[in-house]
Amino acid sequence: MAEGMAAIVQFENVGLRYGTTAETLRDLSFTLARGGFYFLTGPSGAGKTSLLRLLYLDQRPSRGTVRLFDQDVAAIPRDRLPAMRRRIGVVFQDFRLVPHLSTYDNVALPLRVAGLDEAELARPVNEMLDWVGLSDRARARPATLSGGEQQRVAIARAVITRPELVIADEPTGNVDPEMAGRLLYLLEALNGLGTTVVVATHDLHLLGRVARARTLRLDRGRLSQPAGAGRHSAVPA
Amino acid sequence: MSRDPLSRLLPEGWLAGPMPWVIAAMAFLAGLSLASGFALNTAARGLGEDLARRATVQIVTADAPARDRQAAAALVRLKTMPSVAAARALGSDELDTLLAPWLGPGASRELPMPAMIDVTLRADAAADMDALARALAAVAPDARIDRHDAALAPLAGLVKALRLVAGVLAAIVVATMGGVIGLATRSALDSHRETVAILHLLGATDAQVARLFARRLAIDAAVGAAVGVVAAATVLLLLGRALAALDSGLAAMAAPGWPVRIALIMLAPAVALLAAAAARTTVVRALRRVP
Ligand SMILES: Nc1ncnc2c1ncn2[C@@H]1O[C@H](COP(=O)(O)OP(=O)(O)OP(=O)(O)O)[C@@H](O)[C@H]1O
Ligand SMILES: [Mg+2]
Repeated sequence: MAEGMAAIVQFENVGLRYGTTAETLRDLSFTLARGGFYFLTGPSGAGKTSLLRLLYLDQRPSRGTVRLFDQDVAAIPRDRLPAMRRRIGVVFQDFRLVPHLSTYDNVALPLRVAGLDEAELARPVNEMLDWVGLSDRARARPATLSGGEQQRVAIARAVITRPELVIADEPTGNVDPEMAGRLLYLLEALNGLGTTVVVATHDLHLLGRVARARTLRLDRGRLSQPAGAGRHSAVPA
Repeated sequence: MSRDPLSRLLPEGWLAGPMPWVIAAMAFLAGLSLASGFALNTAARGLGEDLARRATVQIVTADAPARDRQAAAALVRLKTMPSVAAARALGSDELDTLLAPWLGPGASRELPMPAMIDVTLRADAAADMDALARALAAVAPDARIDRHDAALAPLAGLVKALRLVAGVLAAIVVATMGGVIGLATRSALDSHRETVAILHLLGATDAQVARLFARRLAIDAAVGAAVGVVAAATVLLLLGRALAALDSGLAAMAAPGWPVRIALIMLAPAVALLAAAAARTTVVRALRRVP
């Protein structure tokens, strides 16, 4: 299957249930192509964050199959999951910055996890801080940053390792339209270099800003516009 | 070994929580029970080996010339026996010194005293006291043999029991330290839960996260242990001095020999290793529960 070759994510009849409540995600079947740019929209509580958590290996599906990087997630031994997570960059909806670390150290964290030493990581971290306009806040702790600044730290941390897959949960929720445009431009630039990008957002203005993006719409746990159907399955240029 | 890039990730709150101080108390107890264990071990060996070879021959008769004659004959006979390593008559001044605390100075000149011969058998002849008795009966009918091991057998038993207590105490101390470190690790994990979750999601391995906590708890525990060991060493030193001032055989028991000193010096590194292992196990077990 030609499509399968280029797929980076495949969901087959995926359901997710928290505890004993009704399923939060139901019958999800779709394919994300490697190198694609995807928006995930839907009303609050539709399950966007839940779906992304399946993608960044924070949750296992209650049923169905999630395939990531051509591997069935359920079949991956636990000790191989960390290496897999390092191929994914995540901007969490609530940022999840380490509160006692400076901006610089938060952005450097994924590189340190990957084993880089101080000399190796100084340049990429400073460049990245420059990119998101936080060079002068490098020594600041998250609690002293504005919401928008924290969001930019979170984005810088997510992309610093040039991951194959970037997942961003409302990455522009706290920034002004100009900064939102810059951040989106950053994600587009990464996408141009081959990174697959998935952005969950309420902001309908964003959707039109990326010409090659596909949109998945989630409503009460179901996909109303599967990306794997019809022309959406094509690998974007 | 290259430096772990994550090593400074946990905030450097030195000696956080009560754990180092509990470890200090435990190390203090461990140091004392180690020292007393070693001392008791030495004492038990001494009592067991030396006393089995030692005996005192007493010639008990009110007839002084007969006593002296029998004593001289017994001494000669003892010195010719192959199983006897040494035999020595106790002079009257030695008896005086022994008895002075009870009877006042010069007692041996006023009271009828038995003649006494201190006998040491060869190590391989230790059980041969009966042969000794038979040989003496021929030359000194009034001779009586006091075996030191028989007299001190209850003491030897007590020393062995105390040594066992010291061992059990050491085991309890080690188990308690392991438990305290486990609790401290769990509370550290709790207060850094979010940091751990973030590291986990960024692709840190369980081993990387466990190393952070193991390093931190090992340092805290080692500092606590060092404090406890210094306190224990101080007490042992003062105790040794006090006993030396008494000018008694106990001083030898209390003065920490090289085995004790080495054990005390090794205690802090050993506790650090124990802490690292306990922390590692606790963290890895906790992380196994998340996907
Ligand atoms: N850990 C959890 N335990 C139980 N229920 C949860 C949990 N996380 C989310 N839910 C529930 O699942 C549903 C979907 O939540 P989710 O966060 O995925 O929505 P969302 O689309 O991201 O919403 P928003 O746009 O507000 O961020 C909600 O009803 C929520 O209450
Ligand atoms: Mg959400």
